[in-house]
Amino acid sequence: MKVGTIALNTFKEAKRDRILYLLFFFAAVCIIFSRALAILTVGDRVKIIKDVGLASISLFGVLMAILMGTGLVYKEIDKKTIFTLLAKPIHRAQFILGKYLGLVLTLFIMTVLMATIFLAVLFFHTSKVEWPMLTAILFIFLELMLITAVAILFSTFSTPILSSIFSLSFYLIGHLSWGLETLIKKMKPGTGRTLARALYTFLPDLENFNFKTEVVHGLPIPPKIFVYSTLYGILYAAFVLGLAVWVFRKRDFI
Amino acid sequence: MANALKIEDLHKSFSTGFIPKKKEILKGISLAVEEGEIFGYLGPNGAGKTTTIKCVLSLIFPDRGTVEIFGRPHLSPKAKEKVGFLPENPYFYDYLSAREFLSFYADLFLLNKAEKEARIASLLKLVGLEKAADLHLRKFSRGMLQRVGLAQALVNDPSLVILDEPLGGLDPLGRKEIRDLIVRFKQEGKTVFLSSHILQDIEMICDRVAIIVGGRIISQGTLHDLISEKVLFTEVTVSGLAPAELAGLGESLSVRGGKVLLKVYDEDKVGRVLELVRDKKAKVESLIPRTETLEGIFVDMVKQK
Repeated sequence: MKVGTIALNTFKEAKRDRILYLLFFFAAVCIIFSRALAILTVGDRVKIIKDVGLASISLFGVLMAILMGTGLVYKEIDKKTIFTLLAKPIHRAQFILGKYLGLVLTLFIMTVLMATIFLAVLFFHTSKVEWPMLTAILFIFLELMLITAVAILFSTFSTPILSSIFSLSFYLIGHLSWGLETLIKKMKPGTGRTLARALYTFLPDLENFNFKTEVVHGLPIPPKIFVYSTLYGILYAAFVLGLAVWVFRKRDFI
Repeated sequence: MANALKIEDLHKSFSTGFIPKKKEILKGISLAVEEGEIFGYLGPNGAGKTTTIKCVLSLIFPDRGTVEIFGRPHLSPKAKEKVGFLPENPYFYDYLSAREFLSFYADLFLLNKAEKEARIASLLKLVGLEKAADLHLRKFSRGMLQRVGLAQALVNDPSLVILDEPLGGLDPLGRKEIRDLIVRFKQEGKTVFLSSHILQDIEMICDRVAIIVGGRIISQGTLHDLISEKVLFTEVTVSGLAPAELAGLGESLSVRGGKVLLKVYDEDKVGRVLELVRDKKAKVESLIPRTETLEGIFVDMVKQK
């Protein structure tokens, strides 16, 4: 209940933030522009719209999560609004969770809006609703949930600029770490391989949420992978949020 | 009577700088605030007033010591339910209107809708912000923010109200209004703990005070105990007499426009000054007996430290 109250207030704050609309505007432009790109392309035009559209939703969603998430907790501390808030009978964990859920709600609405534009553009091109796209978008949203948790974690102890750099690094590392997995398969058993395995376990693998290729080309996705990716996202986000609460609980607000 | 707030042996230090250097801010604070009184927490800037308050509200964690609010440990949500807090230089969510803001905080106390609306309406009336209720807080002046701050501190109808420099940065009229409100809290049975360095205000409204200097409480008690009503000296202003004629009767403080301001320590000597005035057909412009003031005590104590 108290978490819901904080989440709703966070949502109010986020929706009055201009940066949200700026990013949404660019996302919409990119998605609509994909149709123009498609016209210029030789070959499978629908594929271009799908590729550019899904990439835009993912990229602008991540930018929203990072740019807003890194400021959320920091702003409360910097502007000292946290003094009166934490003097009320709430736990610090409730505060972090409320902030997180508020931003996730904002991102959910934004994702729905971007997806609607994307499906509409596709509909104009193919005259049918491409429902399979929703699978990829759902996992993009799951990735956004994880990135939001990471942005909030950094926001509990660092300034927005540094937090944004950290979160962006997390995102980039997350999309490149699959290379480690390939490397592990090629390595001989030994210390090197164990180290690489440990590093891979610790680092995020955001490619787990990337189903863009599969849905664009209409490839089958085994249900096991769905379950695995969903669990991976939820557990990783819970772990990161737990870490954020742990850091936040020990903080002195001077 | 029970204690609304009890602090025992509170210690807190902060580490600052690249190579952490420990700085002790609170060096063993102990005090008790009785239920139903207005307690003034007095000290120069940087003495540790705000740090003490933040420890009480668990915004920072003390290194050592205990804090109890109505007999409960201060970290328990049950204890916080009875507390209202107004920080120094309050700043709130500027994207909310006063009504939205109070509603947000009321929801944190799980008030039901009817109760919440009635409470918000009466608070807006109490602090005189009815007309500005739907204005965004970013358009509020300093004084209005202080009022909305006071309203949010009362949203849960607290038994203990903690105010950090509630009168700082306000104009004389604003200060009077807030002072009147604080006295009203007491009449309603609330306990008020307020920190300040504005001595006149404390002197006017507080029942008891504690003076903190350099992280230690150096004096604590009722105002009556701290300030004796004994006359320390009398200030006499006379005209029509030369300063030389008054020599030996008192300390001549100023001579301006034929008027002599004299500081007389002895009551007998006051009589002799008056006799002299009568004999020489001079005139007494004013005669003010000075008693000890809180300011005097405060300045003495801070200087001693």
